[in-house]
Amino acid sequence: MSKQQYSALKIESLPGPHDITRSELGNGIVLLVRPNPNSLSVAISGFLQAGSLYDPEPKLGLADFTATTLMRGTAHRTFSEIYNELESMGASLGVSPGAHSAGFGGKSLAEDLPYLLDLLADVLIHPVFPKKPLEKVRSQLLTGLDLRAQDTGEMASLGFDQIAYAGHPYRHPSDGYLETIRAIKRDDLVNFHAKHYGPKKMVIVITGAVKPDKAQELVETSLGGWSNPEQAEIIQVSAVSPLEETTRSHHAMEEKSQADIVLGVVGPRRKWEGFYPALLGNSILGQFGMMGRIGEAVRNRAGLAYYAYSSLSSSIGPGPWTVTAGVAPENLELAIDMIQSEIREYVTEPVSSQELADVQSNYIGRLPLSLESNSGVASALLTMERYQLGLDYLQEYEKMIRDITAEAVLTASRKYLDPDRLAISTAGPPR
Amino acid sequence: MTLLNPIPSIWLKNGLEIKLKEIHTAPLISSWVWYRVGSRDELPGRTGVSHWVEHMQFKGTEKFPAEEREKTIARAGGTWNAFTYLDWTTYFETMPADKIGQALEIEADRMENSLFQPQEVESERTVIISERQGRENHPSFWLTEGIHKAAFQIHSYNHMILGDMVDLGTIQRDDLYQHYKTYYAPNNALISIAGDFNAEMMLERIKELFEELPQREDPPRVDRPEPPQRGEHQLTIEGPGDTVLIDVAHHAPPASHKDFFPFLILDSILTGPQGLNLFGGGGISNKTSRLYTKMVEDQDVAVNVSGGLPATIDPYLYTIHLIVHPASTNDTVLQVLDGEIKRLQDSAPNREELERAARQTRALFAYGGESITNQAFWMGFSEMFASYQWVTEYLQNLETVTPEDVQRVAQEYLLPRNRIVGTYQPHNKVNQDQ
Repeated sequence: MSKQQYSALKIESLPGPHDITRSELGNGIVLLVRPNPNSLSVAISGFLQAGSLYDPEPKLGLADFTATTLMRGTAHRTFSEIYNELESMGASLGVSPGAHSAGFGGKSLAEDLPYLLDLLADVLIHPVFPKKPLEKVRSQLLTGLDLRAQDTGEMASLGFDQIAYAGHPYRHPSDGYLETIRAIKRDDLVNFHAKHYGPKKMVIVITGAVKPDKAQELVETSLGGWSNPEQAEIIQVSAVSPLEETTRSHHAMEEKSQADIVLGVVGPRRKWEGFYPALLGNSILGQFGMMGRIGEAVRNRAGLAYYAYSSLSSSIGPGPWTVTAGVAPENLELAIDMIQSEIREYVTEPVSSQELADVQSNYIGRLPLSLESNSGVASALLTMERYQLGLDYLQEYEKMIRDITAEAVLTASRKYLDPDRLAISTAGPPR
Repeated sequence: MTLLNPIPSIWLKNGLEIKLKEIHTAPLISSWVWYRVGSRDELPGRTGVSHWVEHMQFKGTEKFPAEEREKTIARAGGTWNAFTYLDWTTYFETMPADKIGQALEIEADRMENSLFQPQEVESERTVIISERQGRENHPSFWLTEGIHKAAFQIHSYNHMILGDMVDLGTIQRDDLYQHYKTYYAPNNALISIAGDFNAEMMLERIKELFEELPQREDPPRVDRPEPPQRGEHQLTIEGPGDTVLIDVAHHAPPASHKDFFPFLILDSILTGPQGLNLFGGGGISNKTSRLYTKMVEDQDVAVNVSGGLPATIDPYLYTIHLIVHPASTNDTVLQVLDGEIKRLQDSAPNREELERAARQTRALFAYGGESITNQAFWMGFSEMFASYQWVTEYLQNLETVTPEDVQRVAQEYLLPRNRIVGTYQPHNKVNQDQ
């Protein structure tokens, strides 16, 4: 089949300065719009500076609790009115916290965008945190924590954060603990909202069936008048010192068939110059094809696990670089040894030119698939704004990936991945 | 409002069915190969064999060794995967448009030439056991398995798609290979492709790759209809944790039955809207559904409610999932549920509730239709239990459901004698509330 039969990716068809409109409202909100005339719907996405890093220690989970309760009612709409309107038009809207920021996202048919933005502004600016429904949210959060406590993967991940981020704010789970959720009062939510929800450093992205000037007008109308002189300054997180030696913990859980492993290190920040070499290296280590070198060793050759892969989750601060696997309890030590051995080899020799070419090709080739939907484009634009990557980021992306060398991958990986100083957390049947 | 147009099927000489849909909005193509085989085709002793065969289909052929095949797809930036379900098994690739030829070559090759090498079978045995053990770690797995065993005394829907653990220990290479050679035949398969291509040229290439594959005898079918249930089944699964889960499953009509669309509206009214989007398209919340409103909002007996009515060939299950509020009791939860079911049986829902369900479905189609992968999925998926017409007329069929249809379906199906009530009871609550 000749190539001419099919279309290939055209750089100019990617979102870029020619079709992304970026503007800043008078109150500091940054708006990015990218129209898609082929679509019937719109997606909105964004964040503001109200993440779980701002939780006081005795009340971990406060940012999560606050975000979850925003939709329980506003000065202008009851909970029932909010969801009657949303669900009647087949639209959705939600607010959820991350570590640094609270994210929001929604979608609707094109004609309902004015309503969606009006509702977004209402829940961000005028929540009332009604008393009785607040207890309902608390029950839901506590039940979520009960279910978390039964999940070996979640518990291994929590254990990893405790070891790798000891003494650092990232050691805490954003959904808190039973006792901290129980300790939160309504005044805490009101105060958290008053202190952290505001237009400063807020970003909103709109993609889909809307023209930029119309989107700008709608956002100006709904959010342009918002000000919060009390809004707190943004927290900068500190660096994390590597462990002195490999450190392990095991969380014993009764009546479980499988044990989960999360092991790794504290990795780089997203803005670090070696991030992209590390990202490609991570793909070779534990993602490319059937979960990279680790998948090949642990799943394909040894048959030890259904999943065994690596992840690099860099963000504003130093995110984790981990390997995750689920194995039969009797194979736990064998699997850990194999993973350590793969990491050791990975940081000893440069990756082969073929391996590098493979992952470069993968990262470039998958771009159009990630930009297929309005939500996918919105997510890419939000990343570009969050990390100040520039509006031509997607168009420069291919060259940037192609320019990475095997030496750069090794240098970046060695800086963080040390097989003798790993945090190793496991959860499963008692040992 | 028509969101999807009919797509006629084309049959190759060997019986392979083809559906092609040109979509030129993005330089992508999604290709799906569907086989009419799933866990419904398994009897005790061989449960899980369809899913295991699906795993073996990633282990390579003479022409495309496993590792090389994965790299071919990944290098192109494509995504691929496979799913085994009750009634079908499917393999898909979504690729940059100029690379789809590689995926088609791989699919044609593994329709006929997979090796099933003994050492690969043994290595995959432990992987599949690990997959099942991972699921067993979740309380809901045991509950779902218990419900199926209780619901189907005769029909082969009675076991998990992953298979019973005892069979995963005993199935041999020849069992797998025989299953493969019986069901993986062009005359038992369908290819659905959507995306940025010329249909005539695509068909020519498919013929080059697939038409010479040999037609086989029509595969045997397990035909063991489930007789009507004659009384409510109740079961309790005990385990660790603090949260009580209750699943209430009712025997339900198959996708091709006239009652299926009223049942979908019933589900939308009780537990919220469902869509047909497997790949993005997002969900619409269910906060205004009757059960959420009554059980979570008004009476604080549950912390969450959801429901599901899968589209299947034979009568299957409509299941309502409840997470019990820590301050409530199991009996109270079931009383409130029964009260809401009775309300629907006693009086037909109002038109506004039906119209809302249709609007939500229209929106879900609009969101999901952005994905070429969803578009190709819909074409093949619907053919596995009905026809693509089932999808193209989906919205119209929902819009013609009357309030009385919904009431009648509630009266006929949501009966205690037709249901299975399964409870996951944490050990520390076993004697507190039964």
